Amino acid sequence: MLRAHEITVRYGRRTVLDRVSFDLPPGQVVGLGGPSGCGKSTLARVLAMMLRPAGGALSVDGAQVRGWRQRAPRELRTRVALLYQQPRLAVDPKLRLREIIAEPLAAMGRPDESRVGALAAEVGLTGDLLTRRPHEVSDGQLQRACLARALTLDPGYLICDEMTTMLDASTQAYLVAVVNAYRDRTGAGVLAISHDEVLLDRWADTRAELTGAGSPPGMPSPSPAPL
Amino acid sequence: MKLDVSGLSVRFRVPGAVVRAVTEASFQVRPGRCLALVGESGCGKSVLAHALLGLLPANATITGSARLHAGDEPLDLLSATPAVLAKRVRGRMIGLIPQSPATHLTPVRTARAQLAEACGELGSRHTPDELAERFGLRAGDLDRYPHELSGGMAQRVANAIALAGDPGLLLADEPTTGLDRPLVERAMDVLRELCDEGRAVLLITHDLRAAERVADDIAVMYASRLVETGPAGQILERPRHPYTAGLVDAQPDRAFVPIPGLPPELTALPDGCAFAPRCPRAADACRTVPAMEDGVACWRAGHVARA
Repeated sequence: MLRAHEITVRYGRRTVLDRVSFDLPPGQVVGLGGPSGCGKSTLARVLAMMLRPAGGALSVDGAQVRGWRQRAPRELRTRVALLYQQPRLAVDPKLRLREIIAEPLAAMGRPDESRVGALAAEVGLTGDLLTRRPHEVSDGQLQRACLARALTLDPGYLICDEMTTMLDASTQAYLVAVVNAYRDRTGAGVLAISHDEVLLDRWADTRAELTGAGSPPGMPSPSPAPL
Repeated sequence: MKLDVSGLSVRFRVPGAVVRAVTEASFQVRPGRCLALVGESGCGKSVLAHALLGLLPANATITGSARLHAGDEPLDLLSATPAVLAKRVRGRMIGLIPQSPATHLTPVRTARAQLAEACGELGSRHTPDELAERFGLRAGDLDRYPHELSGGMAQRVANAIALAGDPGLLLADEPTTGLDRPLVERAMDVLRELCDEGRAVLLITHDLRAAERVADDIAVMYASRLVETGPAGQILERPRHPYTAGLVDAQPDRAFVPIPGLPPELTALPDGCAFAPRCPRAADACRTVPAMEDGVACWRAGHVARA
């Protein structure tokens, strides 16, 4: 279980998440909808240990997270993978697609070419494309590489923050199928964040809503929980 | 104002290769009608839009014609001089509704300053406040800087700027990128209203559902070519080209099944039908490129069966 308990996040004086609790169980796709600006992406960043909240606690399979960002312990950080809406902002433009997918393994000090090849094939990227740099491929192809990179270290939890918003229907269906296959194979928990209700209806097993986020201190904020 | 595009092709010379971005595109955009040009990223649809506005870089070669019928004499956008495009066409005859309005606006000037500049430059009949009101902005909103506007408000400011010169043709290039679904729907409804006022609208999008909400007609583009055109309802309910059928089926409220494979590179398009390598209906005939006939460019169109 990836468990966020009474998380509070403020940007300056603005409270974006006010004591929000959220559980992501293994093996399930939890859909999180809601309008722009309600704190969905902020929650995603907290769950991935990319943003330190002002208050509250996060635990991964029972282990409390005590450090955030680069201070997060590696064994916890690699349990949760995050996919962003805009793949172009999420990759180093100097790296080739093959190197982008290989990044997490290289960072762990155990490069593995055959694993990179297998992941690339799984997301539908073939030979020639792997030698390209981001500006030489389409958004859809780059997002495929980002998904391969996210799956490299076999995360137990995958957070997809508007993963397919920029993409055409066919690429969307493909990437969702890859994520679902990974979930079926490994029992990972998936948080599917999207403002697209039609997509969430199709993809998510259960739904959560972020209501009450950003309400002023002192106001009780209903905590979302998977229904 | 009517736009008549015929045999439009765009090539880019890049080191060691030629990018065939648009090949032999022909279509019409009529007053009071909205044509949605749909296709996946990298299929050439934005290049097509930029060709119409004369905004392609110097390494582009453009052939064909794009005649804008306004007044007595049709104007060919592709052979018009940069001066004509700048002084007569952009803003006055063709309004551009940009991709991501929030970044289209200049961050260091207020919405009012930018709208007033557009009105002044284009000799608008309207004041910034009139335009703002027309697009559902309060006068006070205009005094804000772009970063102080929500996505929907920035969109409305961009629309107001695009409409300042009262153009007869609107070109909307992925106007919904990064907007959430309610805002997408609102943006499409505004586009529809502008269309119903008698403007011709060309919408470029990868989002079939957005197209469905606003378009009278849909043109589907794949690997630089138009492969199917027709009334929106017919395209979405009874697609004849297997690529269109695949796109429709890939939607989350349909089969949600992807089209197998990846689109070809625009630098290395196959000799025959570019979709053949991914097509469940491919046959020998597909080794030559099918011409567009009766709204579909496919040798096997009659063979596409749908449940």
